[in-house]
Amino acid sequence: MAWVNAIIQGVLTGGLYALFACGLSLMFGVMKVVNLAHGDLAVVAGYIAIGVITVTHVPVLWSFLIVVPVMAALGYALQRTVIQGALDRSVLTTLLVTFGLSVVIENALLQFFTANSRAIGTGLPLVSGSFSLGSQIQIAYLLVVIFAVAVVVLLGLQYFLSASRYGRLIRAVADDREAAQLAGADHRHVFGIAAAVAFGTVALAGLAYGMYSQLSPTTGTDTILLFAFAAVVIGGLGSLWGTLLGGVVLGVAQQIGAQINISYEVLAGYLVFLAVLVLRPQGLTSRRAGA
Amino acid sequence: MSAAPDGAGRAVSGGAVKGAGEAGGERAGTGTPVLEVRDLVVHHGQLRALDAVSFGVFPGEVYAIIGANGAGKSTLLRTIAGLHSPTTGSVLFDGADVTRRRPERRARQGIVMVPEGRRLFGSLSVEENLRVGATYARRGPWTIERVYETFGWMRERRNQSAAQLSGGEQQAVAIGRALVGNPRVLLLDELSLGLAPVVVQRIYGMLPQILAAGLTVLLVEQDVSQALRVASHIHCLLEGRTTLEGTPASVTADQVEAAYFGLAGTAAPGAAPEGSEP
Repeated sequence: MAWVNAIIQGVLTGGLYALFACGLSLMFGVMKVVNLAHGDLAVVAGYIAIGVITVTHVPVLWSFLIVVPVMAALGYALQRTVIQGALDRSVLTTLLVTFGLSVVIENALLQFFTANSRAIGTGLPLVSGSFSLGSQIQIAYLLVVIFAVAVVVLLGLQYFLSASRYGRLIRAVADDREAAQLAGADHRHVFGIAAAVAFGTVALAGLAYGMYSQLSPTTGTDTILLFAFAAVVIGGLGSLWGTLLGGVVLGVAQQIGAQINISYEVLAGYLVFLAVLVLRPQGLTSRRAGA
Repeated sequence: MSAAPDGAGRAVSGGAVKGAGEAGGERAGTGTPVLEVRDLVVHHGQLRALDAVSFGVFPGEVYAIIGANGAGKSTLLRTIAGLHSPTTGSVLFDGADVTRRRPERRARQGIVMVPEGRRLFGSLSVEENLRVGATYARRGPWTIERVYETFGWMRERRNQSAAQLSGGEQQAVAIGRALVGNPRVLLLDELSLGLAPVVVQRIYGMLPQILAAGLTVLLVEQDVSQALRVASHIHCLLEGRTTLEGTPASVTADQVEAAYFGLAGTAAPGAAPEGSEP
């Protein structure tokens, strides 16, 4: 029964990891940018929410309605300035620039918010409560909600990319930037839109993690970015549903590792990550999409 | 379908060849040129790909740039579309200098190119390719519906991935993608490249239909006989320089051959006709 529990918990945690991963995957799939500041930006979103709640005393969920658009706008602005500037030089430059961004964000957070970790306190029973399946399995409502949000986000992204005007342009620009320009599409604007969408999902990831666990200035790189990478690589680059699969595989591996010995939790996840890199470097879903 | 009878008529009337660059008014295409290139010099690194090329394209014309591989034809078209920046010289569209304008702005204003090698969006369906072309379209006669009417087979296969089409079909979609933008000037880069002759015939056979909707075509073609058949005006490049310019009726096969290969005695009409261009 403990193993069943581990698998259920793992699958649900996978939703959270998929949420971490989809923005990273989108940015890479469309503009070939590996955003090393990805996790830090998620943490920023969490801190903004904490700030908004502290200052305005709006209910937690209302603060999300502010944070997600703010992060999306930040995504557009960063893409049009810093990241595009790096892209114009070379794709490799974007690694340096986003790494620099990551360092700056982490240190700024340390400076202003200290190294103490904080959680997004909600006080909602839906967030802190759980329900029982049988006698040994306790499932947190929050994880179920996060998993559902991840699925909705992925469905939404899929719909956006396949059916909307900007989604079509994003795929066109990812396919052939020059041909898209010849059709009148300004790739810089299209990249900006893609970054805005990606940052919106990053914000959700940060908020989810802030409720699920605790945020500290270094959470972005040591947890969110690494797990996002692992999920993307396991699932397959550029594939949206691959990120969910990758997240679930990572989550289950961690929980099974923890079941064997609690100190193996993180290690087990990375071992699967390594195994996929060696045995199936294209990821579990080999369908090429967008990239 | 026969090749542009329309073009042939214009060719006869456009008699005077020498100095056509500056004396454009003599051509049937009346008024001011819709597209003009002045003393264009373009470098690829150290290589001078285009050397002081000048010409004007008048509304309704089919203006063909011919020349051997490496003559600078594609570079010329890409520079007009905005994908290359010239070292010196300018590109004028409707009399306005567009030399520094970004390619997407030129496309929205009516200079649309069908790039060499089709360059369809491979992960998009046929219809999505057309829709991308229509996203920033000007007002005009061309719609996706009209493209489907023009290329009968396309409607049935509109949900197929563009990557699954044959070369000729892809070329048709690429042309359709450009047409739905309702260009004023359509740039066609090496339509015949990699296609079977019969397919090339069919695609060039569509030109009169496309022209009937009232646009101007500037095309690049390695196949000289094909160019002579459809063009109302030809312009031959050799190693980045103009070697011959005129209407198909006014140039002889020998002249074309000399201009194309750079043989001795290139005293053909219109050799360096741009001398007095301002």
